[in-house]
Formats: sequence, C-alpha cells, structure tokens
Amino acid sequence: MSAEPGGSFNRTQYRLGFWLLLAPIVLWLGLLIILPHIDMVLVSLRERVASRQYEFSFSNYTTFFAEPLYWNTFVRTAVMSIIATVLTLIIAFPVSFYIAKMLSGRPKIALFILCLIPFWVSELVRTYGWMILLRETGLVSGALQWLGLIDQPVELLYNDAAIMVGLIYTSMLFMVVPLVTTLDSLDNSLIEAGYDLGGSSWHVMRSIVIPHAMPGIMSGCIVVFMLTLGNYLTPTLLGGKDSLWFTEQIYTQFITRFNWEQGAAFGILLLVLSSLIVWLGLKITKQSFTRVMS
Amino acid sequence: MIPSISSSRFFRGAYLCYVVLFFIFLITPLVVVAVFSFNDSLFPSLPWNGFTLDWYLGERSPRLGLFHDDALLESIGISVQVAVVTTLASLALATCNAFLFEREQFPGKNLLYVLMLMPLVVPGVILGVSILVFSSTVANWFEVQFDYDIEALRPGLVLVTLGQFAFITTIATLVISARLRKFDTTQEEAAMNLGASRLTAVATVTLPFLKPALLGAGIVAFLMSFENFNTTLMLVGSDAPLTIAMFDRLREGSTPVLNAVSVLLMAGSACLALVSLFTQRLEKQ
Repeated sequence: MSAEPGGSFNRTQYRLGFWLLLAPIVLWLGLLIILPHIDMVLVSLRERVASRQYEFSFSNYTTFFAEPLYWNTFVRTAVMSIIATVLTLIIAFPVSFYIAKMLSGRPKIALFILCLIPFWVSELVRTYGWMILLRETGLVSGALQWLGLIDQPVELLYNDAAIMVGLIYTSMLFMVVPLVTTLDSLDNSLIEAGYDLGGSSWHVMRSIVIPHAMPGIMSGCIVVFMLTLGNYLTPTLLGGKDSLWFTEQIYTQFITRFNWEQGAAFGILLLVLSSLIVWLGLKITKQSFTRVMS
Repeated sequence: MIPSISSSRFFRGAYLCYVVLFFIFLITPLVVVAVFSFNDSLFPSLPWNGFTLDWYLGERSPRLGLFHDDALLESIGISVQVAVVTTLASLALATCNAFLFEREQFPGKNLLYVLMLMPLVVPGVILGVSILVFSSTVANWFEVQFDYDIEALRPGLVLVTLGQFAFITTIATLVISARLRKFDTTQEEAAMNLGASRLTAVATVTLPFLKPALLGAGIVAFLMSFENFNTTLMLVGSDAPLTIAMFDRLREGSTPVLNAVSVLLMAGSACLALVSLFTQRLEKQ
C-alpha cells in the first residue's frame, strides 16, 4: 500500500483504525475487570476504625483463619467441589464414550444435542425440578412409597446428597462436550490394534483411550470445578441449614451484614483457590490456558 | 467396546441400560417441572389432582396465573430489557475484539488475549461483588468531591447490565473470532481494488460473512444474560429481573405459577435453540 500515492494517508488511517479497535477492549477490561479486582484487594486490606475512616490491616484475613465457621465452610466447599467434579467425570465418561464411539450418523448427533438441552434451560428451573422431585411430598418419595420400600413420606431435600445431585446435574454438559470432542478424534483402528495385540478391555482403556482423552478430561474437570466452587443457587436451594457454601458467606457479608471489607477478603480467597486449581490443572497436563478456554 | 470389537451380550445390554438411565436423569427434572404446571393444586407436589390451566390463566389469588401475575410479568420485561442491551453492547465490542485479534499485530497481543479470557475463570459471584465494590468507590469519591450522587453506580439495572456485559463479551468474542479466522482476506482486497474504501469493504463483504456468527453469538448472549443469576444477585437494586424474582418466590415456597414461568422459559429457549441450530447449518455452507 505504501507504494501508492495515498500510502501515507492509508497508513495513518490504518493506525487510527488500530487505536479505535484497541480503545474499547482496554476500557472494558480496565473498568469492568482489572480495576474492580484491584479495588476489591484494597478494600479487603483495610479495617474500619471509625465512621468513614479506614486503616491498612490484615484483620479480615486473620478473622478468616481464626473463625472455624469460615475456615470450615471454605474447606467444605473445596472438598465438595472436588467430589462433585470426580463424580461428574465418572458418570459422564461412559456416556461420552457411547456417543463418540458406539454411535454414528444421525443418532450420534441427536443424542449429543439431547445432552445439551438442560444447558439451554435456566439453572433456576433445573434446580426447581430437583426440588419438586426430592421434597417430602415429591415424586421420588412418592415412588418409593408406591414401591413399598418406605411406609411414610421421606424428606430427601436439604442435605448434602441433594446438593451433590444438583451440582452434578448442572455441571454435566461441561464435562460431556469436551469428552465427546476428544474421544471422537480417537481413531477406532487404534482401539482395534490394542485388541489385536492381545490387550484386555481394561488394558486398552487404560493405555490407549484414557491417555488420548486426557486433554478433554482435564478441561472438563477444570470448568466443572470452577463452576461448582462459584455456584450459589444449588447449595442455597437444595441444601439445609448446615450445608453452608462459601459463596453464601460472601453474600451474607456483603448484603446482609454490610461488612464489605470481610466480604471482599472472602472473595479474594475464593478467587485465589479457583485460580490455583485452574493453574495446577493446566500445569499437570501441560496445556496452555488459551487453548483450553477457546 | 466399539461396534467392530465383539463383546458379550450382557455387557452391551448393561451399557445400553446405563446410557438410557443417564438420559432419564437428564430429562426428568425438566419434564416434572412442566407437568406440574398443569396440576390442579396449590403446591407443586403430589398428589396429582387433575389437569388445570389456572397457573397460566387464573385471574385472582390464590390461583393467580402467570398471565395475570403483574409482578412476574414486570420482571420478565426487565429481564428482556437487560438482555437486549447486554446482547447488543457485547456483540459490538466482540466484533471489534475479533478484528483486533485476528487482523492486527502488536506488542502485548498475547497478554491482552489472556486478559480477555479472564472473565471466564472469575466466578460470577466474585465478578458481581468486585464491580459492586469498584462502582461504589467511584460513586463515593464523586459524592465527596462534587457533592453529587451518581445514581447509575449504585446497585440497579445499569450495574446488572454492566456486570453481565463484562463476561458475556468474552464468549461472543470467541464465537465471532472463530468465524473471522475462516474469512479469506483476498475478498476484502478485491472489494478495495474495485474502489471501495476499507470501511465499505468491511461493511459490505466481511460483515455479511460474519452474520451467522453474529446471530449465533447474539442468541447465546441473550440467553446467558436472561438466565444469569450469580452476577445479577450481587448487583441488583429494587427492580428484580426474572431470575431474582423467581429465586425470592422459591425460597418463600410458591404456587405452581413458577412451573408455568419455567415452561415459558423452556419454550423460549427451545425456539432460540432451533434458530441457533439453523444458523450453524447456514455457517457450514
């Protein structure tokens, strides 16, 4: 272009175009992502000494470690999220394998789309469905009575198992999609070769299929763990009085107690845990962040 | 294990059973919600008292149906407003981002790309909280300096829209970038050789090529905004979008009118899903 008479003009126009493209993304990331998080760190590191007077302090973090309730909720949330992730993987893997390897053509596409359906419906509706199923006057209790397994209504809601079912249900899609995609790319002849060489089903699974599916397994697990850790609806609606979730603590500090400093500290802690797990997952599987996310 | 490898009939049967059970697990909650919206009872639970349309058409309490429940209808209106603004804003910014990442080379591009993906790894509750903290810091500063309270920076629909926009833009950017990557730039050059300016070329050649991706990203953005709960919860003021209104009623324990709303939502999502499937087919052509 610079060979043309208007080259220099074109170049300045091009530069202008570049800045015009750069400005919005910088504003977006700066004002809505980066500055808010920096501000949250700053707020978490101060303590109210008098009305509208603040001092630098780590007290919000020391409170977290000193108060067993906060600390336990944090660990509980992390452990339950890990269990939910593992269970989701165990349930999703055979189904994904079936869709990717046992089926072909139209049935394959149809079943795959069927897996996506719950994702199109609001999480609130999905959780509501489980409430109707599991409550004392609900369908599962009714079915058990009808079968004669129990003789009076049983409350299945408001406990950790109910939370677990809800979390697994909500996360399923984010596991099935990456699993089907990676399993689909595995050449059937490799599995056949494994058998021809005398491998057992278990052996072929362990040394051919699972290593091939590892990127999918990892990205599924990372996304599911993140979403579970940050979930608020499912633990609140399906859990009982004792089933605390860390996001509920954040909500309580911010909205109910209006203790923003403490809430901000909790937020940072959850963010650190979530990022740490993502980072670890990527390190273990030696994958790049940009590839897994796109 | 795969069709070309023989396995016992028992194994195949058991495997098929498992897959069938899985899909029952997947579908049951949704079916149950839909079915109980027609139950002639004040509670969305057993026993089944017969079929009724009261939860859609009922005119007065306690059998106030969806289409006469002004509070719910208003919250649907609010959700639509927020979703439309969020969708349009995030599509505009996402298109700019796609051109920036696919067409330009500049130092720090990779870092900016990683930053662009960040909103996906930040839990929704924390994204909402951080925007809440920052906006009130700014608002408080303005109040002290100029003695003027910026209403928009206090919890309310403006902040809800901004919060949703903050992470939906990332998803829209990924969808539109993927499509732009497939574009053959010689087409744009041809338009410019024929005398079009760069902007005209982009507007008449490139943007039409991006149309299926814009439509697809728009549908996803609209749904994500409409159904968003976590970020919205932290930023909401006195006007409650649908998800918040439903959540409040769910905790109080409500009538099957919530089932009716859910059916409406499912129908809406199904329509959008069909449109999106159709556009994906368009994109392949």
